[in-house]
Amino acid sequence: MLVHLQGPWSPLLGRLTLQQIPYHVPILMVTFIVVAILAAVVLAAATYFGKWGYLWREWLTTVDHKKIGVMYILLGLIMLLRGFADALMIRTQQAMAVGPSSPGEMGAVHGYLTPFHLGQIFTAHGLIMVVFAATPLLVGLMNIIVPLQIGARDMAYPYLNALGLWLTTAGAALVMLSLFVGNFAHGGWYGFVPYFELPYSPGVGVDYWMWTFQLSAIGTSLGSINLIATIVKMRAPGMTWMRLPIFTWASLSTNLIALTSFPVLMVALALLGLDRYVGTHFYTAGMGGNLMLYNDLFWVWGHPEVYFLILPAFGIMSEIIPTFSEKTLFGSATLVLASFAIGGVSWGVWLHHFFTMAATPSVNSFYSVTTMLVGIPTGVKVFNWIFTMYRGRVRYELPMLWALLALFLLLVGGMTGMMNAFASNDYMWHNGLFVVAHFHLMVLTIAASIFGAVEYWFPKVFGFKLEQKWGTWFFWFMVIGSGITFVTMFFLGFGGMTRRLDYIPYTQWSPYLHIMLLGMVFYVVAVLFFVAHLYVSLRDRVKNRAGADVWGTGRSLEWATHSPVPAYNFAITPNVNARDEWTWRKENGLTELHPGDYEGIHMPKNTGVPLFLGILFMGLGFALIWRIWWLALLCVALIVALIIIRSFDRDTDMTIPAHAVEQVESGARDEMSATMPTAGVRGGTVIAHSIPQSGTGGISGSTTSTSPSWAPMDR
Amino acid sequence: MSASAAQKVDPAQATLWARHYAGHDMIGTRTFGFWLYMLTDAMVYAALFASLGVLSHAVNLAGGPSPSAFINPIYAYGETITLFLSVLIYGYSMVALKNGNRGAVIGSMFVAMLLGIVYLVIAGVDIGNMFAHGIFPQVSGFLSIFFTIIIYHALHILVGVVWMLVMMVQIAREGFSANVIYRLINLRLFWHFQAVIWVFVFTFVYLQGMVA
Repeated sequence: MLVHLQGPWSPLLGRLTLQQIPYHVPILMVTFIVVAILAAVVLAAATYFGKWGYLWREWLTTVDHKKIGVMYILLGLIMLLRGFADALMIRTQQAMAVGPSSPGEMGAVHGYLTPFHLGQIFTAHGLIMVVFAATPLLVGLMNIIVPLQIGARDMAYPYLNALGLWLTTAGAALVMLSLFVGNFAHGGWYGFVPYFELPYSPGVGVDYWMWTFQLSAIGTSLGSINLIATIVKMRAPGMTWMRLPIFTWASLSTNLIALTSFPVLMVALALLGLDRYVGTHFYTAGMGGNLMLYNDLFWVWGHPEVYFLILPAFGIMSEIIPTFSEKTLFGSATLVLASFAIGGVSWGVWLHHFFTMAATPSVNSFYSVTTMLVGIPTGVKVFNWIFTMYRGRVRYELPMLWALLALFLLLVGGMTGMMNAFASNDYMWHNGLFVVAHFHLMVLTIAASIFGAVEYWFPKVFGFKLEQKWGTWFFWFMVIGSGITFVTMFFLGFGGMTRRLDYIPYTQWSPYLHIMLLGMVFYVVAVLFFVAHLYVSLRDRVKNRAGADVWGTGRSLEWATHSPVPAYNFAITPNVNARDEWTWRKENGLTELHPGDYEGIHMPKNTGVPLFLGILFMGLGFALIWRIWWLALLCVALIVALIIIRSFDRDTDMTIPAHAVEQVESGARDEMSATMPTAGVRGGTVIAHSIPQSGTGGISGSTTSTSPSWAPMDR
Repeated sequence: MSASAAQKVDPAQATLWARHYAGHDMIGTRTFGFWLYMLTDAMVYAALFASLGVLSHAVNLAGGPSPSAFINPIYAYGETITLFLSVLIYGYSMVALKNGNRGAVIGSMFVAMLLGIVYLVIAGVDIGNMFAHGIFPQVSGFLSIFFTIIIYHALHILVGVVWMLVMMVQIAREGFSANVIYRLINLRLFWHFQAVIWVFVFTFVYLQGMVA
């Protein structure tokens, strides 16, 4: 049944041979040496400091939604850095390889990258940034924040949550492995048929692309089931739908998109896989295949995916802006409606990705109009945020700066998106840099919200604030870098430059390409500032200790528990009385976090099974990429066996006894009161919260951001 | 713009902490999640049936046989009867669960599982016959999607059969614990869902293929 392969194949190692190690490519070898040294250092450090047990108990086997979220975000940051390195190489190549007289280095005719190598880089850049950077970062944030905002102890399915993380990690690990064993696809991140079919792409690159994509799709679908079930089923008493915080609403709509769209991606990739492995004719040119089928299936996922990424970003902005405007969110019901309107219309716009391919004018008109419709709910949101700030007490702290940057980028990216919505325009600039600049501004909107969210919620998770100085430098260099790079890219788009060029024949574009490279320099410096930002924050963490209500003007339930959040989130499940529950409590002087006698808390136990399943799925992916059939069958058998064995495990839960809860809670209180006078009330019912409110015209609170208001309060 | 303006809860009377909160209904949560999983699987089928629609034109036969030439309605009829009978008997198993009758649950589940295996045998014979006549997925775009849908459906039946086997062991081992009960309910959803999907496979793959 299997297809005939070109090149060597052995039963033991499949297509894997020593020639598949790219030791003749200096860039890859240097990368490999750096990665190997880094890995050795990390492993040696873990061994030297005796941290393996800690890592195993606290992180690798954890089912705690906060730790899983942190690991998602770490994964996202690492892959963001990898995707950024790819971007840097693309920009450098394009600045170098202009005009027929431009020199060539390291085997390239022009520039320093061969077309094959550059193709792998832009493919990896796209795939990594979309599914291995932005997606884990957002999923991680949702993982951490959603259960806290709805007053839950954990996600609905903690075990499934860990499984989603390790599947995504397995996919990311395979992408990284493709650097050093074999190669990656070189035809663009969304694939082309029949170009990605076996006869035209006989190497393992497309297989790497396909299986890593598939793994992340499975991981994200599982995650979406978990988040929807958590939001629908795990809300604290009193948390009615209209009291749901706006980020949780955004998470709900975004995960409904993921739930319904990722299966279509799985089908699109699986059918390509059948073509490549079994020799079927879904997308072949001839033999009854239909190559438009791939385009349609892929983008039926691809466009909803875009809104899957942007809706949580909107949710983040909707949390940050009210907090730092000290006002309730303007028209939150309309914002919820707008989120679901965007989620709904996302299903009817996919054809705008290929207006120029084989559609009649009436079809193009339909998708043109639906695409423009997206602007209406998005515009509603923009006005919601603007009116929230209007007459608010706006504080320009770092999270707010990022949210405002996201708002600005959204305006420019959205307006240019409306220009792209005209099918007639697409005939001018399909696959041009104008489109590329547009969607980069949109993903930068997402990135800016993510950085804002990290600044905003970091103290909640780790118990200390990030410092402001280096963070501000980081922010401004990102602003300048984005401006220089992508405004210039719009100009090149107007000039008619198309995307993914390894050689640029027109020397008059050279100045623009060099200006873009200058923008990249700002980005590189920004990354250094980011590292300094993290380092200084970590160094000064004792100085920057944060209380429960870190910013003094937090509004939703996540600020009503200690920072860092205990494993069980809330010692006693909160009862919700208002939409902005924490603000409501502050206004009424009910900010006490010590509810009295504690009870035992029922929690899931740690388990290593999800990690092992992730490793086995990675093995399965590797075996399928290299067509090592025995290994693939072994991995499938072990996966099935492990799932069944786990289902017989009855010892999956534990109860945290009441005295342990008491200990943790009083520890958190002592830590708070160590640096300030205690209230001197017997029983120590005092902690951390915001200043009691007395204002009438607006939510008054601490406007001096540098001193979070966690002064103790007398009962 | 005070947030409290719209609130009707009296702060003096407010309950801030839900003491002795019994937690969330575990079985309901698990079942809800399984409905969501089935929605994803329904989307997979939707994409596959859409692909069937796209690949059902004369050009997609690529000179290969058209479905009316090789589809044998006897097999599809047999699969329909066994699968629906199996679902019915699984329903009896659930009635026995309500009555707390362990033996009857295991017994009827065993029959339902056997019927699932019979379904797989019929599907295997059907596919084997087609292969014997040179009708392979590799022949044309239409045959690719034709075989993909029926084999994907048969794989689900296989999963259901294995799942029933596991559940019989678990019922025998630990009785009707909360874990076992939610799994039995989810398996019921899964098994009924396969019958529902079979209606679509039968209509769009077999019947439509016959008259094409």
